[in-house]
Amino acid sequence: MGLRNFFDRIEPHFVKGGKYEKLFPIYEMVESFIYTPKAVTKAAPHARSYVDMKRIMTYVVIATIPCIIMGLYNVGLQVNSAYETIDPSGWRAWIISLLGIGFDASNPLANFAHGLLYFLPIYITTLVVGGIWEVLFATVRGHEVNEGFLVTSMLFALIMPPAAPLWQVALGISFGVVIGKEVFGGTGKNFLNPALTGRAFLYFAYPANMSGDTIWTPVDGFSGATALSIGASQGYQELAANGMNWMNSFVGTVQGSIGEVSALACLIGLAFLLITKIANWRLVVGCMAGMIGFSLLLNVIGSDTNPMFAMPWYWHFVVGGFAFGMVFMVTEPVSASHTNMGRYIYGALIGFMVVMIRVINPAFPEGMMLAILFGNVFAPLIDYFVVQANIKRRARRNV
Amino acid sequence: MAQTKRDLLVDPLVDNNPITLQVLGICSALAVTSSLQVAFVMALAVTAVTGFSSMFISVLRNQIPGSIRIIVQMVIIASLVIIVDQVLKAYAYEISKTLSVFVGLIITNCIVMGRAEAFAMKNPPIDSFIDGVGNGLGYGALLLVVGFIRELFGAGSLFGVTILPTVNNGGWYVPNGMLLLPPSAFFIIGLLIWAVRAWKPEQVEKREYKIQVVEGH
Repeated sequence: MGLRNFFDRIEPHFVKGGKYEKLFPIYEMVESFIYTPKAVTKAAPHARSYVDMKRIMTYVVIATIPCIIMGLYNVGLQVNSAYETIDPSGWRAWIISLLGIGFDASNPLANFAHGLLYFLPIYITTLVVGGIWEVLFATVRGHEVNEGFLVTSMLFALIMPPAAPLWQVALGISFGVVIGKEVFGGTGKNFLNPALTGRAFLYFAYPANMSGDTIWTPVDGFSGATALSIGASQGYQELAANGMNWMNSFVGTVQGSIGEVSALACLIGLAFLLITKIANWRLVVGCMAGMIGFSLLLNVIGSDTNPMFAMPWYWHFVVGGFAFGMVFMVTEPVSASHTNMGRYIYGALIGFMVVMIRVINPAFPEGMMLAILFGNVFAPLIDYFVVQANIKRRARRNV
Repeated sequence: MAQTKRDLLVDPLVDNNPITLQVLGICSALAVTSSLQVAFVMALAVTAVTGFSSMFISVLRNQIPGSIRIIVQMVIIASLVIIVDQVLKAYAYEISKTLSVFVGLIITNCIVMGRAEAFAMKNPPIDSFIDGVGNGLGYGALLLVVGFIRELFGAGSLFGVTILPTVNNGGWYVPNGMLLLPPSAFFIIGLLIWAVRAWKPEQVEKREYKIQVVEGH
């Protein structure tokens, strides 16, 4: 246990009175990342659980693994397919040919490697820039850097379009961490999802790099529309003509942000989160119910001018970021409602808003990000009314 | 509390800024700061209106019956706003079109009413005038800072002169579209308030609650 001895040896320098006491948060971050945090419950009942914040956050990161794998494969697949008509260029193509992997779109390994070359720069930028902000705030304010940031950075990297410029990634995660989280006091006090806050900032600040048809496959001169933008302009029946059927949207070999394309991978992640009880199933049920209910209603109403009215719920589920958002962001415990009744309402509100924005608002083809942020803002209000209703009900009982 | 005339003028610039400390006049600060030129004209207009309305209200302060004082103040402020509006239309028509409804809405700017109620009703005309001008300048200073950030990073220019050549015009700077939308002023004003209060901790408000730390052993 040489590492443990090392930590024990240097710890006195970082605790109060030591030489580097100001840098304690950094020491604590590295130490508690590697070992179990030392803080244990001291209050009377000694209720112990193995689920601490470190484990919750680590589990969420583990749950994103299927999405990462599918995402990397798909980015590579899209790029390699595009290279069949357009000549490969850029440093990634140079590395790929240096390693002799090739640009064969039917070779999963080549796709995966190519996708990795797009994902890693984005993820590393997110980690470094966001990490600097985290450590800065932790040092100045004296709170801890926790594993929550690993979740935020992973989710943020997964909802980036593969062609996102790195400086925009850096700006987005800075905004997300500082405005979405740290100004309110850090993890646990943020009422918005930090990753989505950063994404929304980029969406409104640089719409040309965050939406449209040219950003989902990072190849110059290649344009590929997402299922939602085709659906909005021509109707979902036309998706097949553009090479998209329900199955490949479900598995995730279509245009989209890095990690959001595969509903299947999201469902695997969801199963893991539900089994480990990190995600609350009421949120998922509410969200699905809201989405299915409202899209069925729109199917019945119908519209001659807006083809999106006819999109059935099982299509809404697989296209865009719905599955990813529902699994990893609606279920985020901090920004969601905290009462059981409130969770159904909160989920349903988001499910309803997604369909609302996708179908009825012509300005935004995708609505999951805005719907979740909208839900985040309403979560405390929903909790308030649920609690008040409960108080009234119990007061009536004891007249 | 005896304040010198200099204090009346200088205090509202930072120490008692109507926007960052009193958090008044936010709506127009969001709406008119997307370019520096418009922000500058708005700052002048508000300064003129606060200064003169405070002065006239102060002249009449002993004649105004308490029960209808708000109406009387509104009449004075509204007259001044109409004058400002007409002057802008006559001499700066383009800018007056960009400012559109916000010139008229100076009437409802909380700063003008706030100074009339809080200061001009109890102080002599000269002091009231200086106080009004000071508060108008405090508002204007913040407007200019916000307008500077928004125009420079949102459009790459200052007073309409290109500073950072944008990509669309063959330059290198990718403009931040969100800074041209009014909500961005919320973030900027919020961050400015944060910065000012970090600089001058005496402006930080007392907490309304106390988080109790339960130590159980």
